[in-house]
Amino acid sequence: MKLAYWMYAGPAHIGTLRVASSFRNVHAIMHAPLGDDHFNVMRSMLERERDFTPVTASVVDRHVLARGSRDKVVSNISRKGEEQCPDLIVLTPTCTSSILQEDLQNFVDRASLYSESDVILADVNHYRVNELQASDKTLDQIVRYYLERAQKEGILNRSLTDIPSANIIGILTLGFHNQHDCRELKRLSRESGVSINLIIPEGEFLRNIKYLPRAWFNVVPYREIGLMSATFLEKEYGMPYISTVPIGISNTADFITQVENLVNLWTPIILGKRVKYALYIENQTRFVSQAAWFARSIDCQNLAGKEAVVFGDATHAASITKILAGEMGIHVSCSGTYCKHDMERFHEQVQGLCDEVLITEDHTRVGDTIARIDPSAIFGTQMERHIGKRIDIPCGVISSPVHIQNFPLGYRPFLGYEGTNQISDLIYNSFNLGMEDHLSDVFGGHDTKEISTKSLSLDIGNICWTPEAELELTRIPGFVRGKIKKNTEVFARKNDISEITVDVMYAAKERLDP
Amino acid sequence: MKTLEGLAFECETGNYHTFCPISCVAWLYQKIEDSFFLVVGTKTCGYFLQNALGVTIFAEPRYAMAELEEGDISAQLNDQKELERICLRIKNDRNPSVIVWIGTCTTEIVKMDLEGIAPKVEKQIGIPIVVARANGLDYAFTQGEDTVLAAMVHRCPEYKHCNTNRKEQKKPPHEFAMQKISSKESTFEQSQLTRFNLVLFGSLPSSVASQLSLELKRQSISVSGWLPSQKYSELPGLGENVYVCGVNPFLSRTATTLMRRKRCQLIGAPFPIGPDGTRAWIEKICSVLQVKTTGLEERENQLWENVKDYLRVIEGKSVFLMGDNLLEISLARFSIRCGMIVYEIGIPYMDRRYQAAELFLLQATCQKMGTPLPRIVEKPDNYGQVQRIHELKPHLAITGMAHANPLEARNIDTKWSVEFTFAQIHGSSNVRSILELVTRPLRRGKGNFDSRSPSLSKQTTGF
Repeated sequence: MKLAYWMYAGPAHIGTLRVASSFRNVHAIMHAPLGDDHFNVMRSMLERERDFTPVTASVVDRHVLARGSRDKVVSNISRKGEEQCPDLIVLTPTCTSSILQEDLQNFVDRASLYSESDVILADVNHYRVNELQASDKTLDQIVRYYLERAQKEGILNRSLTDIPSANIIGILTLGFHNQHDCRELKRLSRESGVSINLIIPEGEFLRNIKYLPRAWFNVVPYREIGLMSATFLEKEYGMPYISTVPIGISNTADFITQVENLVNLWTPIILGKRVKYALYIENQTRFVSQAAWFARSIDCQNLAGKEAVVFGDATHAASITKILAGEMGIHVSCSGTYCKHDMERFHEQVQGLCDEVLITEDHTRVGDTIARIDPSAIFGTQMERHIGKRIDIPCGVISSPVHIQNFPLGYRPFLGYEGTNQISDLIYNSFNLGMEDHLSDVFGGHDTKEISTKSLSLDIGNICWTPEAELELTRIPGFVRGKIKKNTEVFARKNDISEITVDVMYAAKERLDP
Repeated sequence: MKTLEGLAFECETGNYHTFCPISCVAWLYQKIEDSFFLVVGTKTCGYFLQNALGVTIFAEPRYAMAELEEGDISAQLNDQKELERICLRIKNDRNPSVIVWIGTCTTEIVKMDLEGIAPKVEKQIGIPIVVARANGLDYAFTQGEDTVLAAMVHRCPEYKHCNTNRKEQKKPPHEFAMQKISSKESTFEQSQLTRFNLVLFGSLPSSVASQLSLELKRQSISVSGWLPSQKYSELPGLGENVYVCGVNPFLSRTATTLMRRKRCQLIGAPFPIGPDGTRAWIEKICSVLQVKTTGLEERENQLWENVKDYLRVIEGKSVFLMGDNLLEISLARFSIRCGMIVYEIGIPYMDRRYQAAELFLLQATCQKMGTPLPRIVEKPDNYGQVQRIHELKPHLAITGMAHANPLEARNIDTKWSVEFTFAQIHGSSNVRSILELVTRPLRRGKGNFDSRSPSLSKQTTGF
């Protein structure tokens, strides 16, 4: 048992439901007790979805406990089939049904005899995988199911498209800025003369899955979802894939170079020419994206060397770390992710870009780390935003889990060249603005409030501040006050000083300043 | 017992959307100030709580998950040791006066003996532990509160004499011996105001609770206690001569426990929601306690008069309650009295005995207003309901958040039912706030853009 207040990634069935409800005309039936269909609320409220979420529950109640589901699941499946004629019904196990150990596969087999729709059982173990892994797995399962069937029926079309084309794999409902990213990716590929073959799962019909192998290559924009399908397609159909995330100037350039290489595998044969994107990259970097110029501009000088902490899913945390450290000259003290299953790769990605790496699913550890480092800004999830609020550090939200305000109506991609602009704004706005810093330094700060005792991790007992020292502390600008207070206390404790006077403060300052 | 003629009860498949009953921790931890709620469940429960309760999760709430892992499910770990370890941590971090364990579906299925373990852990850590099984296998949404309060009843001190109550309550509950006291003599000595021992049950914000107490005081009835109280250590004394009355329609288990285990006398009244409900509630209490009421009619009329502006908005409009929080009968009764037409009352569970007075009032209200009796659908089927909504085209659908946006996109005005659970709707002083909720979507529809515009849904098929 684990005492938990908050979790970064949801339970497995959420992942399955996200994939199922992203496809067009797919219905998911959860084998779950009453009240487990909260996914519908999230989708309806966060995404402000206009249609009924195609998810229902086959309710597990006392009778089911006593006698088993019997015909209930099967009749629910066939009933849904009649009512809404979905192409596919995904029977989704939950934590409850995992323990009941009913033979759900048997229900699926029986139901597919009666139902006009296809029926599959989502193959995820609730106690072993989380939301992200489950969505990856379910997407892979559906892709395999329809490709294998097409192969059996002999309707699989494996001929490459006439012009270069790509599949985008892993755009999902309730994904962090996924809709905007998808649009930006489409633009990116259009401008480089690559057409989009299919985007799965978002908005795609299952009958089109058989066209997947027609694309020249696959693009997996997010590490968390789609890699399994991409590796399957590579192994089975020889389709190469790009798993570089085009977030930030250098990553995007890297991404486009990879596209160039993959396109040039076939263009000499099919179109009789090679494509070159070097000029495109340069133009985009210089004129479409303002990020490169912005990083060189005077404004950004003020950010140089400031400390930041980054935490989020593997994709976003790694990319943002790269942007902060590599492109904007910000000192990333700690970079971390809650995607434990992807930790090796994460380590590799942020190596050399930050002082320490934090891999954890425990938000209190993240909070304590932030409090210890006391950075000028945080880039994290909604949880980090609230940690930041409590200890008065600004935070930019860069990753799920998110609130409704992270489903903006306006165009806010994180990917591609427009994405770099958005991220630059986000980063810049998260730090206290340069002149504001100077002015408050010069005029001794503009707040006259009492000093807040903020200690998330540090509990320093029996150290007291003399009134003079406290007064001195108020003269220090607010945004560094916490740090100075803490440093002084640490210094005092090290030297067995129980009362902090103004002298001690300066002694500490001398000792700690470089 | 009189029979309810004319009212049609139906029962459907139970395929409806509602909140999981563990959501009751959200309001109960705020109500009982010195409590800590520990939900013993899985990631699914935790994810629900963190999403449903939104920002409260960031405010260091006094609730948490004991998240079950694979080792707990397969009994490789010892439940008692694990819970003891976690409760000790809670004791060190928060030092609550009571820890409430909320049993979930998973603890039911693996048959974790929470009731058996609790006394042992309680002894170990020295904090009372109350066990409530608020799971989705048995209950819906607000019924969670019912299970918690029913469990709390056992921790209430035995009623002795109202003046000595205070001291007695300080003792830890398990030390209480069963004390049977004949209180017949003492009651005669009490003044007019405290002649009865009346305990009200149901969790309400303290301001609402004191408004209701005040309302009864006007009829010279003093309320001797509330279940739950503001603090765990202030739970009211219960016993044979104590009258109890519910303030919410979903408290049938608590009512049963009060009657059977504590031998309290239940006053079956309509619920104090709306001017009509509030008046009927007070009248019923007064008639049981044989107190003559004064000024109730004028007061009710005055209340109706005060909200005329709202009534004008909703008069003659039709409403469809999909059902998810068991407040539906009272809300429907109030709406009908406001001049609305109710097509259907969906309700998760209908206790016809506990709600009998409310059902009679509903019937009487329909007769008075000359509207047909609505159909009451227990364990509704949301899919069927949506079809009926499309046929009936009500002016307003009171529904859960899963259906609100899609219905709005199909030109049906909706009101989230969850808001009725969290808003203040009891007593005379909150009449405006219920009407504010009910009328908001209708007032909004009168805005600048035409609400009868073509459907906004992407997948609309002829609705």
